[in-house]
Amino acid sequence: MEGGRAGFVDDIDNLKATELRLGLPGTDDDDDNDKMEKTKLTVVAKSNKRSLPEADEAECQAEDRSEIDTKSTAPASKAQVVGWPPIRSYRKNSFQAMKSNSKEAEGNGMYVKVSMDGAPYLRKIDLKVYKGYKELREALEVMFKCFSHGMDGCNNNEFAIAYEDKDGDLMLAGDVPWEMFINSCKRLRIMKGHEARGLGSSP
Amino acid sequence: MMTYFPEEVVEHIFGFLTAHCDRNAASLVVQGVVPPAARLRRNCYAVRPERVAARFPAVRSLTVKGKPHFADFNLVPPDWGGLAAPWIEAFASSPTAAAAGGRGGRAGGGGGGAPLEELRMKRMVVSDECLETLARSFPNFRALVLISCEGFSTHGLAAVATHCRHLREIDLQENEIEDRGPQWLSCFPESCTSLMSLNFACLKGEINVAALERLVSRCPNLRSLRLNRAVSVEALSRILMKAPQLVDLGTGSFWVDHRSEAFHRLISAIERCKSLRSLSGFWDASPLCLPAIYPICSNLTGLNLSYAPAIQGSDLIKLIRHCWKLQRLWVLDCIGDKGLAIVASTCKELQELRVFPSDIYGAGSATVTEEGLVAVSFGCPKLHSLLYFCHQMTNAALITVANNCPNFTRFRLCILEPKKADPLTNQPLDEGFGAIVRSSKGLRRLSLSGLLTDQVFMYIGMYAKKLEMLSIAFAGDSDKGMLYVLNGCKNLRKLEIRDCPFGDGALLENVAKYETMRSLWMSSCDVTLGGCRALAAKMPMLNVEVINERTKAKSRGSPSDFHKVEKCVYRTIAGRGTTPRFVWIL
Repeated sequence: MEGGRAGFVDDIDNLKATELRLGLPGTDDDDDNDKMEKTKLTVVAKSNKRSLPEADEAECQAEDRSEIDTKSTAPASKAQVVGWPPIRSYRKNSFQAMKSNSKEAEGNGMYVKVSMDGAPYLRKIDLKVYKGYKELREALEVMFKCFSHGMDGCNNNEFAIAYEDKDGDLMLAGDVPWEMFINSCKRLRIMKGHEARGLGSSP
Repeated sequence: MMTYFPEEVVEHIFGFLTAHCDRNAASLVVQGVVPPAARLRRNCYAVRPERVAARFPAVRSLTVKGKPHFADFNLVPPDWGGLAAPWIEAFASSPTAAAAGGRGGRAGGGGGGAPLEELRMKRMVVSDECLETLARSFPNFRALVLISCEGFSTHGLAAVATHCRHLREIDLQENEIEDRGPQWLSCFPESCTSLMSLNFACLKGEINVAALERLVSRCPNLRSLRLNRAVSVEALSRILMKAPQLVDLGTGSFWVDHRSEAFHRLISAIERCKSLRSLSGFWDASPLCLPAIYPICSNLTGLNLSYAPAIQGSDLIKLIRHCWKLQRLWVLDCIGDKGLAIVASTCKELQELRVFPSDIYGAGSATVTEEGLVAVSFGCPKLHSLLYFCHQMTNAALITVANNCPNFTRFRLCILEPKKADPLTNQPLDEGFGAIVRSSKGLRRLSLSGLLTDQVFMYIGMYAKKLEMLSIAFAGDSDKGMLYVLNGCKNLRKLEIRDCPFGDGALLENVAKYETMRSLWMSSCDVTLGGCRALAAKMPMLNVEVINERTKAKSRGSPSDFHKVEKCVYRTIAGRGTTPRFVWIL
């Protein structure tokens, strides 16, 4: 997430790149009046009701500044044109959502160790890959399936997911919103059998 | 004496009536002979809904289109209009409609009710209230198709699900729908078993999966099902087990650990769907999950992977190799020229290709160039519909494509950088597009891009005799360009122009032409307010609208006649009714 924000900060600093123009990339406006009018038209025309509900704050700010963000590597004179390329808002919004998801994942995968008592070795998983507690649980179930049989003499699928947070405390996963959880989770621990009983196995 | 004429003939006859003739009289004459099954298509401001409802009370299928096409690209302000409510209310409350419904004999419920069965709307503003009105007023309602609409929520869907007893189709394509909870799926009564098509792919929120599974279980005629992102692979597997008869499937979230049981269940479920011909969705799809569809790929005629950016060239290639019956393919440009070459060698039945940009804002990773298109033109002789976003194009390539594929009906090329010349020769792309219009005599729709002079319009005017819709951006040198088109393209219905040096001269030279057209859009051109006024004065039957957002920014007196404007012109015989502040009707 930090990686994503840095990109937008670069764009906001690069004012020339975000300057609103209807003119073509690389052209200069000779007529000041035209420039004013065009700028005004662009400013109002850009008001796009179809903004993403899940866009984080940096994205919203960047959207307010210019209809379309410029990539930080684009040359400074290349400005964006309203409504170009001709792609429906729906598709553009879908892409922006997907881009921000994948950027975050590529930028810094959140790998944490996962231990299970009695298992001979630990595993590592990337918390960014999962959308919520349900997926995490399913993945952990699969991952540690080979160690489950014969535990405590019964085929017991009950397990609780605990994690070590920033303060070093052992917490039960599921109490806080997912985003908050992945940001504070340092390590995961799977608790089975008598340890899991009473803790509630579904996060 | 007028005998039975199908609706298309009626519309054709209307086309010959000039502005000064009394169309009202003509349509009253025709009223009695329009068969009840006729489909009506209208632009929402071309005529008042009450008149349509009064004139065609027994109509069963209605299509209404609202905002101009360029609204898709944020060129039309949000409050412009295109309201669905007047249409729905007109048909719901028309006394003749109710009477027509009553004559048909209604089972259950006194007073009949309007016989409207199908409603298709595109780029309209639809509210929950009018969906509720629709649901309650049309007892025989069967099919709701909403494309690129907005203004409603899942509550409106709940109303339709609750009250429409004979629902066959709910098709929601790329709408902006406010998520107010997943209950709507539970609103389909147990007695609803008639669903044939359900598409809620554009819904952003969660849905009630259990309710969906039950609904699917009790609708044996379900042919087409398109899920949204909230539906997991596990849920998809369960649904497919209950609906192996599906012909068209839009997956939900297509991500699962490929080493898991869930993945194997998915493979088994898909394998059972022997009738599956068309696939879409693939939200969040990971390449490792693609093998799940290999078993049925050889049956596919339609494939839409344009929302799966994580699936890159090599994975796409592996997949495409299985899909040799494809007729319609929508992909992202990360397929690359190499991938398109594989399409060319594999998909000999290909008719429609759309290549969308995956990285709009920069020179990104693998994209497509003219090479990919040329390869497809060699390999796919049946290609007739193209939408192609690319970073560059050459005249030589376009000429080759034109020679290989003389059957284009739709040709839309978007070179991402405006005014980009042929990189080999630095020339404009006039000759390339000229070759396309010369060779594809059946061309009905054309979108241009790249560096273009008036010459290309001369070719279009000369050769594109069947052309109905033309989209132009950042092209041309002078008024001559636009005039070539207006004078030459006999069948032109819709012309949309942005950022071209066409001015009042072009606008006013051939005003009679607009009588034969459905709409003209010009924005960021050289047309002035004076020119628009002159047009409105010359052609009183035309509705000339000026959209000038400066009046929103600061309220002023009326600007000078030399003020350059955004504009939209379209035919109407009724006038528009209420208009937002920034729209002037001249």
